[in-house]
Amino acid sequence: MSWIPTPISRFFHRTSSPPHFYALANRWLPWLTALFLLLLGAGLYGGLYLAPADYQQGDSYRIIYVHVPAAWMSLFIYVLMAVMGAIALVWRMKLAEVMLISSAPIGAGFTFIALVTGSLWGKPMWGTWWVWDARLTSELILLFLYLGVISLYGAIEDKKAAAKAVSILALVGVVNIPIIHYSVEWWNTLHQGPTVTKIDKPSIHVSMLVPLLLMALAFKVYYLIAVLQAAKLELVRREASSQWVKNLLETKL
Amino acid sequence: MSFEQFLNMGGYGWYVWPSYALTALVLLINCLSPMLQRKQLLRQLALKQKRGQR
Repeated sequence: MSWIPTPISRFFHRTSSPPHFYALANRWLPWLTALFLLLLGAGLYGGLYLAPADYQQGDSYRIIYVHVPAAWMSLFIYVLMAVMGAIALVWRMKLAEVMLISSAPIGAGFTFIALVTGSLWGKPMWGTWWVWDARLTSELILLFLYLGVISLYGAIEDKKAAAKAVSILALVGVVNIPIIHYSVEWWNTLHQGPTVTKIDKPSIHVSMLVPLLLMALAFKVYYLIAVLQAAKLELVRREASSQWVKNLLETKL
Repeated sequence: MSFEQFLNMGGYGWYVWPSYALTALVLLINCLSPMLQRKQLLRQLALKQKRGQR
């Protein structure tokens, strides 16, 4: 990695050492939690109380404030996992493996939320809980990809080999991400088109848009909290016999 | 707006509130489960270490 300036590569090397990362996570978690609660409170107040009802969908559209941020996170986390997988494969960075596998249940959770809240929104608006349209089907495949990563990692005894297999799966599965994103444009689907990510002008009023963005930010911060918690567990699990975990036990007693 | 009206969500309460409840449940589980598992693991490791020292 000679093309990376020394201070930067030193920073990454130090931060990615397990005991250093563990301590860093502990220092960051209270602040992240406070920030999350603040964003969540503001987003919920804006979305459920301040924002007016939709002129077509009435109050049912308020499902958007959990549905859309969860769907965004389901894509975002998968892309992050693929990046971690590439880093793990190229540089054999242990922390990248840990972050990849720690992200999988959180991503699966967001995908599940997106699917079920979409179903709860679809019933009153489309008259059906489920259709096999492109957006819904590709999102369901994403859930299976997440579950595949989790079970593949669990099935292989040697964690080094497991991390390698999971990195490859995460990289291969990333082709599904653009399919999900563009599915509402490529195919004529029952799922409505994008309301926010249109380049010219989002077709959503600002009083409805601001809470949506607040909720999206809240979910991003939540991901950081949850992934740090999962990574702390995975690090202790993997390094149970190392000196820093032994030191940790002594300070706890 | 009364509290009943707020809960009713213009007649869509039975779709809106379960969406929020499910989201809260999944997010809580994904955050608390690794915390509890780590506590348990650390307790087990500490016990093992104590036994080893004797």
